[in-house]
Amino acid sequence: MVFAATLDGPSIPWVELIPILSLLAGTCFLLLVGSLVPTWPRRGYAWVTGISTTIAIVANAVKWNNLYYNKGETFFADVIAIDRFSVLASITICLAVIFGALMMSAYLVRMNADGPEMYALLLTSAIGALVMVAANELIVLFLGLEILSLSLYLLAASNRDREQSQESGLKYFILGGFSSAFFLYGVALIFGSTGSTKISEIGEALSGNISIANTDAILLVGIGMLLVGLGFKVSAAPFHVWTPDVYEGAPTPVTAFMASVGKVAAFAALIRILAVGLEQRVDDWRPVVWALAILTVFTGSILAVVQTNVKRMLAYSSISHAGFILVGVEAAGHVGSDGVATSMNYLAIYTVLVMGSFAIVLALSGNTDGETNLSDFKGLAKRRPALALAFTVLLFAQAGVPLTAGFVSKFAVIKSSVEANSYVLAIAAMVAAVIGAYLYLRIAVSMWLEEPASDSEISVDPAVVIVIAISVAATLIVGFFPELLLHATRLARFAPL
Amino acid sequence: MHASFPILSALILLPILGAVLITIVSNKYLELVKVIAMVFSVGVGGMSIWLLASFKSADSGFQYVSQHDWVTSWGISWHLGVDGVSLFLVVLTGILFPLVILGVDPHHDHKRYLAWLLLLEAGVMGSFLSLDLFLFFIFFEIVLVPMYFLIGGWGYDKRVYAATKFFLYTMLGSAFMLVGIIATAVLARRDIGYLTFDLVTIAEQASFATNTGRWLFVSFAIAFAVKVPIFPLHTWLPDAHTQAPTGGSVILAGVLLKMGTYGFLRFGLYLFPAAAVWAKPVLLTLAVIGIIYGAIAATMQTDLKRLVAYSSVAHLGFIVLGIFAITSQSLTGSVMQMVNHGISTGALFLLVGMIYERRHTREIAELRGIQSVAPIFSAAFMIVMLSSIGVPGLNGFAGEFLILIGSFQSARWWTIVAATGVILAALYLLWAYQRVFHGEPDEANSTFAEMTLREGALIMVFIGLIGFTGVYPKPMLERIEPSVDKLVEHVVSHSDYKAPTTPKIVAEPHGEKAGE
Repeated sequence: MVFAATLDGPSIPWVELIPILSLLAGTCFLLLVGSLVPTWPRRGYAWVTGISTTIAIVANAVKWNNLYYNKGETFFADVIAIDRFSVLASITICLAVIFGALMMSAYLVRMNADGPEMYALLLTSAIGALVMVAANELIVLFLGLEILSLSLYLLAASNRDREQSQESGLKYFILGGFSSAFFLYGVALIFGSTGSTKISEIGEALSGNISIANTDAILLVGIGMLLVGLGFKVSAAPFHVWTPDVYEGAPTPVTAFMASVGKVAAFAALIRILAVGLEQRVDDWRPVVWALAILTVFTGSILAVVQTNVKRMLAYSSISHAGFILVGVEAAGHVGSDGVATSMNYLAIYTVLVMGSFAIVLALSGNTDGETNLSDFKGLAKRRPALALAFTVLLFAQAGVPLTAGFVSKFAVIKSSVEANSYVLAIAAMVAAVIGAYLYLRIAVSMWLEEPASDSEISVDPAVVIVIAISVAATLIVGFFPELLLHATRLARFAPL
Repeated sequence: MHASFPILSALILLPILGAVLITIVSNKYLELVKVIAMVFSVGVGGMSIWLLASFKSADSGFQYVSQHDWVTSWGISWHLGVDGVSLFLVVLTGILFPLVILGVDPHHDHKRYLAWLLLLEAGVMGSFLSLDLFLFFIFFEIVLVPMYFLIGGWGYDKRVYAATKFFLYTMLGSAFMLVGIIATAVLARRDIGYLTFDLVTIAEQASFATNTGRWLFVSFAIAFAVKVPIFPLHTWLPDAHTQAPTGGSVILAGVLLKMGTYGFLRFGLYLFPAAAVWAKPVLLTLAVIGIIYGAIAATMQTDLKRLVAYSSVAHLGFIVLGIFAITSQSLTGSVMQMVNHGISTGALFLLVGMIYERRHTREIAELRGIQSVAPIFSAAFMIVMLSSIGVPGLNGFAGEFLILIGSFQSARWWTIVAATGVILAALYLLWAYQRVFHGEPDEANSTFAEMTLREGALIMVFIGLIGFTGVYPKPMLERIEPSVDKLVEHVVSHSDYKAPTTPKIVAEPHGEKAGE
């Protein structure tokens, strides 16, 4: 009792934690009941995952509504920021979890390996992602990053029958460990120069409210290290080298999950650090982001052209998408820019596109999950016309063809970029998008204009059908009525310092 | 039809509806699919003719305007309107599509082919009717998708290569234009006070600093120059035209290329008058190079379809010459020539397609003496070819003559060089005609089948249009001229350009002589 009186911990507003707690409860339920009850009803694990994630989405939606009047607050001694930015990112992540769980159930049922572990790992990685997007403190952010990454390493290596999957997990683990080290070192250096690890306090420290001595060099190196660490997670060139190998080797549902949740979380964290914590240092980080963006869009687009495996193609296309989001981040470094909103908009749309695309790859990847060569897509229009049409919509959306969500997302970031007078970046990104379009055309040619290599029956799991249908519908709806999503992302603001 | 009927929206939405219906109908009911395609395309064609009939020819502004909010936070609206510049392109689109749908058989996958064609029609209509930069871009870009699949799915040997080249080339041009469009709207906000992509608002209210305007103009011009195409950005055209199926070539030459020249008028001259005047010498020079180069390249072709494709480069050069000469006559001639070229070259591609159907070759060297086995076919080819050359009494002459006479006043030396292109056109087309149709038919050509009734009816529509516009261009000119005059005035009042004073073409009772 005496100890309790002296321990002056922060008050805990449990209500704010409902999304994370709900996912945690789902994880515990899966692992505990899963080990006690050996046979579950068909897709029972997926249902538990889906329900706990749905609760998280509902809680976030309520929060979104409550944030109508105030701009958001920080909790737990200011380490967690609940604002519309984090809420929107959380909703995006939770939607990706539901998509991921649906695809996972289809994958595991086909593999005859349904079990609770994979779903539990999906949920834990989502917990890490939710912590990351709301973290207002770099150590907490790092914890979130590690929770996310460790779960993803395991997920990537989870197919024990496939060598590439093992390789993928190990590669991701080793390189991810490096990047975490960079990130952590960056945190230490920033702490050394500003005296705080809280993002909002760093911002205040740099704005001159708290005086700093000659620690500029340390700060700059720290910023650089942070950019390297997070640049790895978002697969920005030149830190992208792991992406194609890991995406190709990991089980397809995991690839989809990694490509969406990993990017949303890392980008949300990056944007918060840059736009809130380092707002006073835009002139230092903006040129770096500018260079990263140009390098990334071109690397992704050009290297995609020579690939022959669709999963690798989509990996490179995800790199080029990361470049586009960086274009929005660069714009956010200018005064009065809506770059944060348009980056968020891009992330939300990208999540839907990437989920739908990988769901189609999953549907075709066969019993070994290895039939993902371009030649496996030959003549798909003759075998399954609806599937080919859906993939075409998603691919053209990724290429940025108008009346799809992909065009809205590209248009929005280019608009931010032009408003910030970054004309060179805007034009470079658009030219890279044209080069990248060749990749999507190659897949379309293969599907529509070539003869099928085999005429074996393609059976598509209903769970995958749901993912594909929702993503195609969302792609077209947002494409025709962009205002629906733009309105939400425009409101995605940060909590006041 | 009631006055408030949104006819322009219907022109865009009806083909889309048709395409959706076709997609829904099962493959088993092929006849039903064909009927749907026919009903919708003929319906749109009929509506476009009704539009032509009820168009108020003295009104120089936009008519049948329809405006609805779309993306309010970006100031984007569904803003459509038609004036003398776009009217005939809309009508041409409305007429060409049903003719292609009725007259050209794709041989396989009718359902998908027809659905793509209808979507293409919607995109083309949208491009000609949009008065919002964003909306225009959407239609301009979306057109690529159906055209890509039409070339790739129903074309000849190297179709995939040609389709991909077409798609990427045009998309590259559009990439610059997209940045240009956004920059235009963002910069115009300073003058207007709010963000809008509305063409009329920006053109009338915003003014750009000299250099800014030039950069913006260049970003638009790249996209249009690829689309037209202007030398040296034309290399996609021969491939796309040659590899496309006959129906695709007709549409491509007939209306798709006009999206570029129309873009120069609507989004070049109208939006950036000062910059357009600044760029005048460069574009005039490129246009003249295009005329001469296209003609020489056409002369050298061994493939009949490729020859027609290169002739398009030359003809489009004339149109660009007329646009950037910026006189009332030359612009009127350009608008008219856009339609004429669509009719004549569209018909030429149809005829070349018919030759290929019969002989399965387009090599000029393999064809000989067709005139003696198929005289009616040859006569039709002759008339269409003469129209393409620009022989008086046929439509090609009226447009080309106006362009030359108008350009001579403001761009004398360019016009003199360009005029030699008329002679070259006669050279390559007559020479080709001579090689293909004259002489004694060898064994392979002696069985060349005469034109069927269906083919004849199809070609008669084209020949009718060729003859009518050639002899009596007045109804066309009096609808084009007011809008063109207004455009020239707009350019003069927004730049230091002095347009030469020219007599009205159709102002006086005997004025139409100029076009005879």
